[in-house]
Amino acid sequence: MLCPNQIYFKVIKGKAINKGVTNIMKKFILKRLLISVVLLFFVSLIIYGIMRCMPTSYVENQAMALATRPGSKSYQEWVEQLNAQYGLDTGVIQGYFSWAARAIRLDFGDSWYWNQPVLQKFSSVIWYSFALALASFILEIAIAIPAGISAARKQYSMTDYTVTVVALIGISLPSFFFATILKYIFSVKLGWLDLYGIVGRNHQSLSDFGKFIDIAKHMILPTLTLLVVSIGSLMRYTRTNMLEVLGADYIRTARAKGLSEKKVVNYHAFRNTLIPIVTLLGGSLPGLFGGAMITETLFQIPGIGYTSYQCIVQGDIPFVMFYMVFMAVLTLLGNLLADILYAVVDPRVRVN
Amino acid sequence: MENNKEEMHLDDAARVKVLSPGMMVAKRFFRNKLAIVGIVIIIAMFLFSFIGGMLIPYSQSQVFYTTEEIKKDYAGATQIAQYQFQTVEGESLPADIYSKTMIAASTDKYVFTSRDGNVYGLGTEGKDVFIVYALEETKLLLKKNVDYEAAVEAGRNTFVSNDTTYLFDGDDVNADVYIATELAVGSMSSFTSFSAGTKFTYEFYRNALIAVSNGQKSFEADDTTYEVDGEVIKTGGEEYALVSDMNFNAVEAGVFLSPAYKAAATEAFEAGADSFSYADEQGDMVEYHIENKNGQYLLKRYQETRVIDSYASPSKAHWFGTDGNGMDLLARLMYGGRISLLIGFVVIFIEVFIGMIIGGVSGFFGGWVDNLLMRLVDVVYCIPSMPLYLILGSIMDFYQAGATTRIYMLCIVMAVIGWVGIARIVRGQILSLREQEFMVAAEATGLSTYRRIFKHLIPNVIPQLIVFASMGLGDVILAEATLSFLGLGIKYPAASWGSIINAVNDSYVMTNYLFVWLPAGMFILLTVLAFNFIGDGLRDAFDPKMKR
Repeated sequence: MLCPNQIYFKVIKGKAINKGVTNIMKKFILKRLLISVVLLFFVSLIIYGIMRCMPTSYVENQAMALATRPGSKSYQEWVEQLNAQYGLDTGVIQGYFSWAARAIRLDFGDSWYWNQPVLQKFSSVIWYSFALALASFILEIAIAIPAGISAARKQYSMTDYTVTVVALIGISLPSFFFATILKYIFSVKLGWLDLYGIVGRNHQSLSDFGKFIDIAKHMILPTLTLLVVSIGSLMRYTRTNMLEVLGADYIRTARAKGLSEKKVVNYHAFRNTLIPIVTLLGGSLPGLFGGAMITETLFQIPGIGYTSYQCIVQGDIPFVMFYMVFMAVLTLLGNLLADILYAVVDPRVRVN
Repeated sequence: MENNKEEMHLDDAARVKVLSPGMMVAKRFFRNKLAIVGIVIIIAMFLFSFIGGMLIPYSQSQVFYTTEEIKKDYAGATQIAQYQFQTVEGESLPADIYSKTMIAASTDKYVFTSRDGNVYGLGTEGKDVFIVYALEETKLLLKKNVDYEAAVEAGRNTFVSNDTTYLFDGDDVNADVYIATELAVGSMSSFTSFSAGTKFTYEFYRNALIAVSNGQKSFEADDTTYEVDGEVIKTGGEEYALVSDMNFNAVEAGVFLSPAYKAAATEAFEAGADSFSYADEQGDMVEYHIENKNGQYLLKRYQETRVIDSYASPSKAHWFGTDGNGMDLLARLMYGGRISLLIGFVVIFIEVFIGMIIGGVSGFFGGWVDNLLMRLVDVVYCIPSMPLYLILGSIMDFYQAGATTRIYMLCIVMAVIGWVGIARIVRGQILSLREQEFMVAAEATGLSTYRRIFKHLIPNVIPQLIVFASMGLGDVILAEATLSFLGLGIKYPAASWGSIINAVNDSYVMTNYLFVWLPAGMFILLTVLAFNFIGDGLRDAFDPKMKR
């Protein structure tokens, strides 16, 4: 992982003027990709090791259920048979490599709990998570950035204190507690929205548009929860960066040459604030596919988070394995994206 | 600065108050209102959890009980619809005697063969009172037999002649005659003694039944004379037994239903009443409610029962009410606060320790050491933490780890996952500090590596570390609360704020018992918020550049 400063240096050191920026960028991206692959190898190895330690696995439960059938084999025999069937009778390292060999070809096996291929289950649930994350992401940007900028413009004003306190409350709110309060107010007391689920009871009888509205209504509370819990950090990030930019010399120059305050803030300061913000947001784009495990579980939204939660509880190794590696890939991808975006967005980096 | 109202001179030494860097930071920090609020909240939380936990008379896992009036089954009563048999000692009856007797009584055929082939007869002794005999066919001339004629006269089908009991079957002198051996007495009545522990003999049963059904005023049995008064049998003026056509059974074993109680109940049944009152052992009148189901009566009464005082509303004894297990919520909040705060500090301490060493080494030495350690940081950073916590939680579930073990394990795992952020900060900071003049000077003076790291570099990193740690504390408390909320962190009987809110997984609790989950949630929010306020204030205080 390179910090932005290092990229800056790397670009200079690589004699950018001679070779051209694109070439350097390509090399940089390639190198980062290779490092990511190596990292992924170790991460998945660790995850696999932990997964194999899971004692309350689906296999044991299954064997327990099978062994209670009349005239059945003993529990131990069933465990052995199922272990062989699911490829758990090998050592951890050996098992990992056979898993990895298949995973490279995007074959993650069948989910034990859902009884269908992992990727099939994944593709059927991922869009709920994505819709949820996207909705809260867009709202987050729309609210947090203006709020952060206005807070920075009038430091130590009432607005600034309000934004700071609201942002900190958002960061400090336990998602499960906030979700419970929302449910209590909007579902129990007011009765406007359902407590759980993604669709209402009469979903099947609705028209296509009605179905969409039904799902959207069920998404309101989860989106709100995600939004409030995550908005704080972006607000604070925007505020801090805007403060930094407003204190920079070029802003003083802009003011000194007699530009209106509006122009100074909207053109000179805002554009420069965007550099780190776009980098941050770009880096969090892959995270939109990661699912919100706690929020989805609380509202029983059948997204990737809730599905994985059920799988973890049930000891469904193939699915959990896939999910954890998927999350690791998203993290790596996010970092990579952030670093690339930093170079792309900031003209100073490119020109040099 | 404020004292320039007084007359001051430029060369006055007291004019400029020189503060040490630490004092400057403290001064700036205490000027921040939010940070003060944070400090106050944290101190309050510590007092609440640690001092409050000592002062509160309850422990975190003390279960409280309450007494409740519950309508409970007391006794059952059934109209006796089947013949009850009392056998002569040492004799036994065939299994189908009940059905055979019923048939015999309704068809007036008093001699029958049981399933095992023996012949039995019933001697009619009164209304619904029979004596069961084992029969043996014999030849006896009935004509002119005095005993026989007396029996016919009395409407009986048995007579005693020469110390042998005979039973005849038929209306005229040609009837079949059997030698009868007495086996049992059957009736549709049951006996209750007035004093517990009295055992009735067969002779008593037999004679009492005959006397009661024939309306005799007295009878003799076992050399004692008994008087009959309605359904009550007395001896020597004292009540001895009650004969009733109802069968009473107490629901709880060991409860003695007195005949007087039975008599009162029977009276109420006959009157068709819904309830009746009867004095209990202490002499208090207790009301018994009667439920009639096709001749089966159920007697219920309100009884004080000790039940767990679950979800009790806030009261003087329990200021925050009780939870589902009947434990005092205030005590649990206090003990939960201890655990939440403790976990926060322990985890942050371990995180800072690991992070400082790895980050410091990495930043100071650079080169391949840096590369290797940073890749390690990247690997740990990539492991998704929440699923990992869940998996480890279920592993601990499987091994049934005790409450304390879980707390330690949780601390270690959270620290092992969380140190990477600190390592990165420390490394970044040291990388930039390393190039500064004072480090070059330190190297030039020939200081040892150890001294350069720990005396010159680390103190310069500490401000950042404190800021990060105070904010990280909030995150750790949040993560612990989330885990406990999901039921995989701190477990019963130990309390944590997250596990208290766990009760909302039951929608009924969420809807009706706001006092169970709201305070715990507010406590988490306030504590985390306070740590963030402090962290924010510290950052501003350490970094005066931000204050224009």
